[in-house]
Amino acid sequence: MLLIAEYLIAALLVIGGIFAVIGSFGLLKLRDTMQRLHAPTKATTVGVGSALIASMAYFWLFQGVISWHELLITLFLLLTAPITANFLAKAQMHLAIAEKDLPPSGVGTQWATYDEELRTVAPTLEDQPKS
Amino acid sequence: MLQRLFPHPLLSLLLFVTWMLLVNTFKIGSLVMAGILATVIPLLTAAYWTNRPKVRNIPAFAAYVLLVLWDIIIANIQVAKIILFYRSDQIKSAWIPVPIDLKTPEAITLLAGTITMTPGTVTADMSSCGRVLLIHSLHAPDPDAIRDDIKSRYEARLKRIFE
Repeated sequence: MLLIAEYLIAALLVIGGIFAVIGSFGLLKLRDTMQRLHAPTKATTVGVGSALIASMAYFWLFQGVISWHELLITLFLLLTAPITANFLAKAQMHLAIAEKDLPPSGVGTQWATYDEELRTVAPTLEDQPKS
Repeated sequence: MLQRLFPHPLLSLLLFVTWMLLVNTFKIGSLVMAGILATVIPLLTAAYWTNRPKVRNIPAFAAYVLLVLWDIIIANIQVAKIILFYRSDQIKSAWIPVPIDLKTPEAITLLAGTITMTPGTVTADMSSCGRVLLIHSLHAPDPDAIRDDIKSRYEARLKRIFE
């Protein structure tokens, strides 16, 4: 029984390592910054995820304690990864992408990154629409 | 009374659970501390939660979380395949505008986050009016199919949960 668990944990660690390597390889291989953004936001989630599952299983089966920190790490990772990706994308849009290279929004207004009005106005609580 | 003491029951529950997970061992002392935090923080921050939307359908929300977790695994395998087996000139990246029907900022944030975590797409920007999301797709031979997929798979579910 413990032998099977050991193999499973080892397999999870290897799978996690492979995905992390693929994510890093993607950074080297893909051509422009927007493409490279896809490699670390995705291919590494499973990498980190399976390492965390392996860690939980190890502490539970071999040390006899249930470790909850891995669940928290997963939660924080899922919360922060999209925001990091969005910040990187916006920075790249400001630096290297012209508005004419993007498709129109289709509703007549600009994309927010290029909107001069939005750049100068800081939102406050009073600006929120009342429901 | 209970409503005044816990203006935001879900936030209280979240703080309680998060604190217990952080402590990592079950002790009466940390139970008390978790209770204090779960009461005080929502009371102090209540002023900032004026227009928060209600999650109307909790089972649907749980199903949504499971669906997204599954899709994240699929997304990882797809992106790994594209990185490993496609030549650089075979990868057709595209910007896709996705019109959205969701109105609440929280639901839109959740949709944008979901799009970033799932198959080969990253949310990059939003139109100034807040009606359209700008998405960058790593490999999009058919941009319209990706847009329709996002609308039917994620947006329709979020609409049922929040609106």
